[in-house]
Amino acid sequence: MTEHERRVRAEQRERFDFAVIASWIPPGERVLDLGCGDGRLLRYLSETRDVSGYGVEIDHESVLGCIRNGVDVIQMDIECGLSGFEDNSFDHVVISQALQTMRATERILTEMLRVAAEAVVSFPNFAYRTNRVAIAEGHMPVSEDLPYDWFDTPNVRFFTIFDFEDLCSRLGIEIRERLAFDETGREVSHDPNLNGSLAFYRLGRKF
Amino acid sequence: MPQRVHFAQPLTLKSGAVLPGFELTFETYGTLNGEHSNAVLVCHALSGSHHVAGQYADDPENIGWWDNLVGPGKPLDTRKFFVVGVNNLGGCHGSTGPLSVNPETGKRYGADFPMVTVEDWVAAQARLADHLGIHTWAAVIGGSLGGMQALAWSLQFPDRIRHAMVIASAPKLSAQNIAFNEVARQAIISDPDFHGGYYADHGIIPTRGLRLARMVGHITYLSDSQMAEKFGRQLRHGEHKFSYDVDFEIESYLRYQGNKFAGFFDANTYLMMTKALDYFDPAYEYDGSLAAALARAKASFFVASFSTDWRFAPVRSREIVFALLHNRLHVVYAEIDCDAGHDSFLLDDGHYHALLAAYLENIVV
Repeated sequence: MTEHERRVRAEQRERFDFAVIASWIPPGERVLDLGCGDGRLLRYLSETRDVSGYGVEIDHESVLGCIRNGVDVIQMDIECGLSGFEDNSFDHVVISQALQTMRATERILTEMLRVAAEAVVSFPNFAYRTNRVAIAEGHMPVSEDLPYDWFDTPNVRFFTIFDFEDLCSRLGIEIRERLAFDETGREVSHDPNLNGSLAFYRLGRKF
Repeated sequence: MPQRVHFAQPLTLKSGAVLPGFELTFETYGTLNGEHSNAVLVCHALSGSHHVAGQYADDPENIGWWDNLVGPGKPLDTRKFFVVGVNNLGGCHGSTGPLSVNPETGKRYGADFPMVTVEDWVAAQARLADHLGIHTWAAVIGGSLGGMQALAWSLQFPDRIRHAMVIASAPKLSAQNIAFNEVARQAIISDPDFHGGYYADHGIIPTRGLRLARMVGHITYLSDSQMAEKFGRQLRHGEHKFSYDVDFEIESYLRYQGNKFAGFFDANTYLMMTKALDYFDPAYEYDGSLAAALARAKASFFVASFSTDWRFAPVRSREIVFALLHNRLHVVYAEIDCDAGHDSFLLDDGHYHALLAAYLENIVV
């Protein structure tokens, strides 16, 4: 793949991810996007779903990107939780492919469901077939959804669909919907923990 | 060049005192567009003035205090915006203040000048906006005490400000902040040359008090790490002199800053400005709830703080941000890594200026 093809592919992929998340966000909602990067998802949601939202981001350049994109953003470290954000102050809290970059997984998940009635989470599934193959061959996986070498990855938590669902059950989090897709973006129904590269969840409170 | 405008209509101040009339000194940069929609007010902090940018032909040394921000091609681009700088009421750079002559007595006001607050400044600035034909500011921007004025604008005149840019500021002073101000005030008041505030009548200036006040203030503007880096324990004479003259370079620096300040700033103005800082607390009339106080605001906000600012630390800016969030207002908040403490807001740090430029560029005029 050339650099151009790679970029086009990444953009298609991103649009696809955004579309999945948008399908769970009713128009006009208030949305909080954790680890929002340069605010692209929020911009997409405001353009396509008339959503009003805020992003949270720790990276300086990304915050600048949000401002350039005209997206409301709050620069803070969510590893310390979401104190300051009021209970039920949002309709949805989204964390799109950023949960694996944070250490305080449990706290973030419970905090998300404190500030909103529903949470949307997406993450790369570490147990995806090609990842298993890479491990079986003795290497850390590098794939479409885990595109980093082991020595420069921003990811600090590596988990699978099974692991994530176990944690949700332990935290009293209700899984309201799950979608899994393979590397080509095809939806996977059979054995998603093996066949799904990227997982999306719509989560609610049991507690 | 500075301009002056006289307002004949009396101004009732927050304290209840009435100023029969007053003058403001201001400067403008750029051109007001046909729709009058591109005006930006720059509010100064303690020691600033109307002279925000540029220099005077007859005084090239006197460069505006925020010259790195304001000008053609700079973040606050005067090719796009019409920028207004004003010396606040009670100031000592040309606007009516304690050094002005009281029309009722024919003598300088001195201690008789009524106490003015941030809200009074904003009320006076609104008169200036009327005078200039500006109904709505595209933005009001300020750092520190200037940021408080931007915040106050959004509360006092919610329909007359589209963007509030509140930098290195706080929604109110902490006990520690007030404590530093009180030390500064006592330094001035206890100077025998102060004469209860009527020093002008004695033809004298409480220089020692002003000097001390500024020295104390200056410590709070810098960060510990920056002071360590800039001065450390460097010795003026290369050895310990075992005297109370300057031994360490930091002593020399503070004395220099104190002397410089005492040479141009009015003691009564300084006292009053520190009190304006102390009294500022929009939440006071709302049972301490800043969120309730901000309910009337309509502006979009740009809030920024600096990592090493311990005078108005990032956590103080976050108080503003979450109160804005409560009211579902537009806000961007940046926490900028900068070593220079509170004074960072005056520097041209690349990332800081990129943030300002990006935000200002998106403002529609």
